[in-house]
Amino acid sequence: MIPAAFEYYRPKDMAGVLSLLEEHGDDARVMAGGHSLIPMMKLRMAEVPHLIDLQDVGGMTGIEVGTDTIRIGAMVTQAAIIDHAALAVAAPILREASLQIADPQVRYMGTVGGNVANGDPGNDMPGLMQCLDATFVVVGPEGERSIPARDFYEAAYMTAREDDEVLTAVTLPTPKGGHAYEKQKRKIGDYATAAAAVQIVKEAGACASASIAMTNLSDTPVFSEAAGAALVGSTLDEAALNAAVAAMLNDIDPSEDNRGPVAFKKHVAGVILRRAVTRAWSRA
Amino acid sequence: MSKKQQYALTVNGKQEEFLAEPRELLIYTLRERLNITGPHIGCETSHCGACTVTIDGKSVKACTMFVAQADGKDITTIEGIGGPDDLHPLQTAFKEHHGLQCGYCTPGMITRAAKLLEENPTPTEEEIRFGMAGNICRCTGYQNIVKSIQAAATEMSAAKEAAE
Repeated sequence: MIPAAFEYYRPKDMAGVLSLLEEHGDDARVMAGGHSLIPMMKLRMAEVPHLIDLQDVGGMTGIEVGTDTIRIGAMVTQAAIIDHAALAVAAPILREASLQIADPQVRYMGTVGGNVANGDPGNDMPGLMQCLDATFVVVGPEGERSIPARDFYEAAYMTAREDDEVLTAVTLPTPKGGHAYEKQKRKIGDYATAAAAVQIVKEAGACASASIAMTNLSDTPVFSEAAGAALVGSTLDEAALNAAVAAMLNDIDPSEDNRGPVAFKKHVAGVILRRAVTRAWSRA
Repeated sequence: MSKKQQYALTVNGKQEEFLAEPRELLIYTLRERLNITGPHIGCETSHCGACTVTIDGKSVKACTMFVAQADGKDITTIEGIGGPDDLHPLQTAFKEHHGLQCGYCTPGMITRAAKLLEENPTPTEEEIRFGMAGNICRCTGYQNIVKSIQAAATEMSAAKEAAE
């Protein structure tokens, strides 16, 4: 389990990171907590001749909870999200999801930025951020730009971020209504067999809006607009739940792997979405 | 092959300086370079927690960190938690409550549990099980591991109250 040799850099600021990326191009990669990248390097499935460690770059560990928006620095860890009292009130789904990621040791190291930028369909935060309609802030040689989470994922490990750009923060509108992050996994530390992020607003006893995204059921996270729309206007009766599940199943495209065959994954996706919607509704 | 670099770590209060390649995994630095063999290699794939150490106040799996990342850090291993002549309350509790069978996972278990009790001195059984979820015992001796941590928590809280 020894990775190929690499040159290691620990720049003190983003200018230093960007100049290294410019100099080494495809041969360079940035690393946050390293808990996705290092295992891949150990298996020699990832080769990184120039490894840029972001740990000393300042300004990316803040959590700002405003009235309407929340900003989370890319280097904020899952442990920091779990421990942040104001964030737990303003966006409890972030805490609920973070508690279901990996295990305590990994959550001390694993970051929001790494989780969303990596592009692994198994990561939980991409779907979560799509559900919350978050925006990713990236910086590159041309300056800063924002990319909606719902437009960010193109294929497994392929995202709208260019190779010479670094994801520095995630911003999101303060979520409204009831929430749930429901995840089925084989064991602690595993990626989801299926997971659902749900945020529902209830007005006068009916569903006013619903946002639904699914994890590890396609080569990208799946924001299912149709599944959310199927709930709007209903009182979340059985017919509405069935319609939402059917719409979601139409949007996902799971493939068979060691978590099970396609039919099983679709079945689990339906079960998980039902549970998530029911729990979010009970909190709305 | 990349060149060796100069690194400096503080391990259990002692400053260590040496030359190593940046790709060296911290667990190998500790075990083979510094002869600190308490942290074990179980799975070497970030799953089992046998290699758990504390780095700047965080429980970390030393098989999933390059030595270059750890440069300048303060590291505590099981050797820094307690020794034969001054057992940590967790070590005493593991001994008294049969918290180990083969003992292979124990250094990681105790190092992680020490951090858990620092963050939450009075955990419920459920909180202990959740907080220890990154450590696997192949003997499946979880029941007594949980019991040991509960006993240590009670003992440490009582000692703290007595001191105040």
